Amino acid sequence: MTEIRNYTMNFGPQHPAAHGVLRIVMEMDGEVIERLDPHIGLLHRATEKLAESKPYNHSIGYMDRLDYVSMMCNEHAYVMAIEALLGVRPPVRASYIRVMFDEITRIRNHLMWLGAHALDIGAMAVFLYAFREREDLMDCYEAVSGARMHATYFRPGGVYRDLPSEMPQYAGNARESKKDIARRNEHREGSLLDFIDGFTERFPGCVDEYETLLTDNRIWKQRTVNIGIVSPEQALQSGFTGPMLRGSGFEWDLRRKEPYEVYDQLEFDIPVGTAGDSYDRYLVRVEEMRQSNRVIRQCSDWLRRNPGPVMLDDHKLSPPARTGMKEDMESLINHFKLFTEGFNVPEGQVYRAVEAPKGEFGIYLVSDGANKPYRVKIRAPGFPHLAALDEMSRGHMLTDMVAIIGTQDIVFGEIDR
Amino acid sequence: MGYSQALLTRVKELSGDNDSRVSVRNGEITIEPDRGSFIPLLKTLKSDPDTCFEQLIDLCGVDYQRYGEEAGRPWQGDRFAIVYHLLSVSRNQRLRVVVGVPEDDLKVESVVEIWRAADWYEREAFDLYGILFEGHPDLRRLLTDYGFVGHPFRKDFPLSGHVQMRYSEEKKRVVYEPVTVEPRVTVPRVIPKGA
Repeated sequence: MTEIRNYTMNFGPQHPAAHGVLRIVMEMDGEVIERLDPHIGLLHRATEKLAESKPYNHSIGYMDRLDYVSMMCNEHAYVMAIEALLGVRPPVRASYIRVMFDEITRIRNHLMWLGAHALDIGAMAVFLYAFREREDLMDCYEAVSGARMHATYFRPGGVYRDLPSEMPQYAGNARESKKDIARRNEHREGSLLDFIDGFTERFPGCVDEYETLLTDNRIWKQRTVNIGIVSPEQALQSGFTGPMLRGSGFEWDLRRKEPYEVYDQLEFDIPVGTAGDSYDRYLVRVEEMRQSNRVIRQCSDWLRRNPGPVMLDDHKLSPPARTGMKEDMESLINHFKLFTEGFNVPEGQVYRAVEAPKGEFGIYLVSDGANKPYRVKIRAPGFPHLAALDEMSRGHMLTDMVAIIGTQDIVFGEIDR
Repeated sequence: MGYSQALLTRVKELSGDNDSRVSVRNGEITIEPDRGSFIPLLKTLKSDPDTCFEQLIDLCGVDYQRYGEEAGRPWQGDRFAIVYHLLSVSRNQRLRVVVGVPEDDLKVESVVEIWRAADWYEREAFDLYGILFEGHPDLRRLLTDYGFVGHPFRKDFPLSGHVQMRYSEEKKRVVYEPVTVEPRVTVPRVIPKGA
C-alpha cells in the first residue's frame, strides 16, 4: 500500500489574498489544512519605539499608518490616552467631530473590508460598488484635513481645526462637458456638513445594493455559512473583540459599555450574530454600516446647531493664533516652546481603548514626566485575531482559509506595527 | 472608563490585602504581585465570580532602564516588567497586573494555559525584550527578521539598529553590513523640574 504523507505549503507573502504581507506555512493533507503557522513581521516598523523617541504630537501621524484603513480611530485612542494623563477633556464640539469622523472611518473600513472580502471569494462587482462610496468619504477626510487617508487631524485637547464651510469642487478639464462637471459637483455646492448629510441620505440605498449582491447570493452563502465558526468560549479565550466577538453572540461594544466622548448621548443599535461563522460576521458588519450612518446623521445635526471651539484654549497644548504672536510676547513664547519642545505629560501609566472598526484598539502609555512617551504599547485588534487563524482554519479547505482571512478583516499595518 | 468600589475591595482581598500592591489612578486599578506567586492570583482573577476576567486584552513588556533619567531620579524597581491588561466582558470591568522582572533573571511563568491569547503576546515580548516565558509551548521570535540578533525594544538598543541590508551585485544575494546611519536626536528629551 502506498504511503500518503502530508506536505508543507507556503502561502504568501506576495499573494493578493494575503491582504498585505502575510506569510503562512501550511501543513496540508490533500486540500485540507492540518495546521498552519502564520509568519508575521514583514511590515514591522517599530512604531512603538519610534514613538518613544519623539514628542507626543509627532506620533499622531504614525497612528494613521497602523491600521491604514481606519486612520482616525487609531489617532483617537492615542489622543485619548494622552488626554487621560494630562487630565484634560476636549470641548464638546470637538467630541462630536471626533465621533462623527470615527463613524465615517468605520464605514470606510467596512467598505474596504466588504469589497476585498467579496473579491477574495469571487465576487468582483461589490468591490466596485464599495469603492464608489468610499471615495466620497475620502473627500470628507480631505476637506477637513487636506489628506485623503493619513489625516493627522485629532490633537490632544480637540481637533486641528473646525469643519470647513465649503466643500471643494471638481474643476474639470477641457475634455469634460459643463454638464458632466456639474453632475460631479452636484453634492458639493454647500458645506462639508451638507455633503455629509447628502451622503447619509444616499448611503442606506447603497447598502441595500451591496446586500442585493450578496446577502441571498447562493455562492456567497456557500463560501461563508459555517466557515470559520468561533464559539463564544473560543472568542473569549483568544482575546477577540469587535465584530469577531459580536459575531459569536456577545453584545460587547465599547461605545456602549465604556462610553467615551459623546457616545452615551447618541442612539445606535449593536448588531449581534448567533452562529459565529463568517456569514454572521458579514451581517454584523453590514448592519454596523447602517448604524454608523445613523450616528453620523445625529452628529451632523448637533454640529449644525452648536458652533463653538474645537480645541482647548490652553497654549501649552495648542498653538496660539498667528495674529496674537505678532503682538504678544506670551504667545510667542508658547509657540516657540510648543514647536521646539512639545508639552510635558505628568508621570503615570494609562490604558485607553476605542471601538475601532476591527475591534478594541488600545494604547497603553507610560510617562515619566518628559515631553516624549516612555513606553507606548499599541493593542491592535487584528493581532489576537490573526493569532487564532490556525485554530479557525484547521480542518477547512485551502480556499476557505482565504475566506477566513477575509472575515478577520486583517490589515498588516496594525498587526506588525 | 471607571472602576467599581466592589472590584477594588475584592481585588484587595484576593491579592492578600496589601495596600501597597494595589493602586488606583486615572480610574484604573493596578496590582503588582510578586513574580513567584502571580500565576495562582491570575487563575483566581479569571475564575472568581466577582472578578471574572475571561479575556487577556493585552500583554506587553516594559524596560525601565532609562526611566526618569533626565530628572535625576532613576528607577528603583526591577529593570523589566510584564504588564497584563485584563477585561471582563460579563462584568464590564478592567484590571492591570504588573509583574516586575529583574535583569539578572529574565524569566516569567507563561499564562498561555490561562488565556490562549497570551501565545503571540508572549512571543512578541520575548522577541522585543528577551524575557523568557517558562512553559510557553513555542517561544520563537515573532516580529523581527529571520536570524535577527538582539532585542530591539530594550532602551540600550539604538533606534537605528546595528545592521543594514542591501543587495550585493558581486555576491548576487542580500548582504548585511554594519549600520551607517548616524543616530540623530531632533528634539531632546526633557523633564521639567518639579514634574
